[in-house]
Amino acid sequence: MAFAVLASTAPSTTSAPSSDPVARRRSPVALFLLLPGILYLVLFFLTPLVSLLLTSFQAPREFGDIGQYDYAFRWQNYVEVVTTYWPHIVRSFSYALAATFFALLISYPLAYFIGVKARRWPLLQSLMLVLVIAPFFISFLLRTLAWKQLFSDESYVVQSLKALSLLAPEAHVTGTAFSVIFGLTYNFIPFMTLPLYTTLERLDVRYLEAGNDLYASPFQVFRKVTIPLSMPGIVAGTLLTFIPAAGDYINASRDFLGGTGTQMMGNVIEANFLVLQNFPAAAALSILLMTVILVIVGIYIKRSGTEELL
Amino acid sequence: MKLSLGKWLLPVYSALALLFLMIPIGYTFVYSFNDSHKSNITWQGFTFDKWLNVCNVQNGVVCQAFGNSLFIGAVATVIATTLGTMIAIALVRYRFKFRSQTSLLLFLPMATPEVVLGAGLAAQFLSIGVPKDMLTIILAHTMFCISFVVVTVKARVASLDPALEEAGRDLYGSAVQVFARITFPLLLPGILAAALLSFALSFDDFIITNFNSGAVTTFPKYIYISAARGIPAEANVLASAVFILALVVVVTVQVSGAARARRLAKLS
Repeated sequence: MAFAVLASTAPSTTSAPSSDPVARRRSPVALFLLLPGILYLVLFFLTPLVSLLLTSFQAPREFGDIGQYDYAFRWQNYVEVVTTYWPHIVRSFSYALAATFFALLISYPLAYFIGVKARRWPLLQSLMLVLVIAPFFISFLLRTLAWKQLFSDESYVVQSLKALSLLAPEAHVTGTAFSVIFGLTYNFIPFMTLPLYTTLERLDVRYLEAGNDLYASPFQVFRKVTIPLSMPGIVAGTLLTFIPAAGDYINASRDFLGGTGTQMMGNVIEANFLVLQNFPAAAALSILLMTVILVIVGIYIKRSGTEELL
Repeated sequence: MKLSLGKWLLPVYSALALLFLMIPIGYTFVYSFNDSHKSNITWQGFTFDKWLNVCNVQNGVVCQAFGNSLFIGAVATVIATTLGTMIAIALVRYRFKFRSQTSLLLFLPMATPEVVLGAGLAAQFLSIGVPKDMLTIILAHTMFCISFVVVTVKARVASLDPALEEAGRDLYGSAVQVFARITFPLLLPGILAAALLSFALSFDDFIITNFNSGAVTTFPKYIYISAARGIPAEANVLASAVFILALVVVVTVQVSGAARARRLAKLS
């Protein structure tokens, strides 16, 4: 998935040559090239979304079995899921926000070191990048389980924390909001670091020197020069962390780092769809999740002035 | 003294951050040598057995799930890479109507949470009565891989000098010849990168798979199902083997890329 992150940050840099009028022409070949892929996305991405929207308004079939629904316009489904699952909705977005914040805090200095300070040593730079994407080469679920076991009550980590009285004797680490946010932060650090790295790697250090020459303190240079110049990376990284984190249900799952009090929207969508067969509720929650995310993404991209990312 | 502390702060921090990223990987690798029986949670002693008899546990269920993942990844990669490469070439090289709508359609799947993609497809398969099996997983994986292929290959097409293809046409090369002898070979590194990416995305996907797999078990789904009652060390063996293989591939690509860059630098 590492390359995914690299790839998704690429378009902003490579759009220039395509505006070349010589290179672009109209031709029926274009249609032939586009049609199969676009048709595929219409069939397996767009229509499923429509189907999800229709499902979200379905009503239970009269005298039907569990899991039998008919098309209707039952907008009450939305009211019901919000009143039933509002804690999960709040948790999803607050956990995702917290994880995004911590991931940014941890990733920025790391990306700065790899992208700016390590430029003199290309081998070190590429080695560090390989280490950043290394987690993608091993199952996401196994990595999360590894943390669960490292944080279990019998583990050395928890035992020593308790011995040092840093943790109450009866306290648990797994199953808490802390461990879910921890897991989300850990799992999405590479998604944050890579886009930050791609912008910081292109940062012209002469701007920083100019700031120093103009008697700015290192902090002022960082705040007024480095941060604004790395904004595209910050926006890309925070979105690549926030979106999947808000929809994630592995970390919050009871078998992984979560507990009964930490379930997120993804968990209830999964439970309603695959276990309870309450398809309209699952669909309504999915539509809500997607709408909120699209609104947040839209506002965020507009406010930060990075529309060209699209 | 203060100066040297400031100088070392960032490198030391970076090393610690990378170490933090490696902890669960190291844990998974170490526990692939655990002489465990049912669950692989407490350390029981060192053994090579799990590596030597990977497929013997639980009548080979782990290996079957692993094989399913390889098969699904391979098929989805071939389809997604073909469709995505075609779109990428069209986007960079041709003018057409509905261009911004096309870009939006390609961007949206990447900005949609996986749980929504998964539930959407599952709702569609349910409403038209398609049973969930291997085919529905492949259809789902191909869908989310296409966009990533497009962005990866697009960067490569954009960096390709159109003059090279024009030279081919000037020398009376047919459209097919120009594509086969010039465009395709020059795009190949980008296409290969996109294929690797697709495969990695498909292989590690759990959320979308879980909604569209029915009774078929993939490797991540196997881990999810078994998480409650304990995962055999054999799963750690397979994951560690994939990790080592992927690391070797990436390091080789990096080293050969650096060597080629040096050769090119020498030439010019």
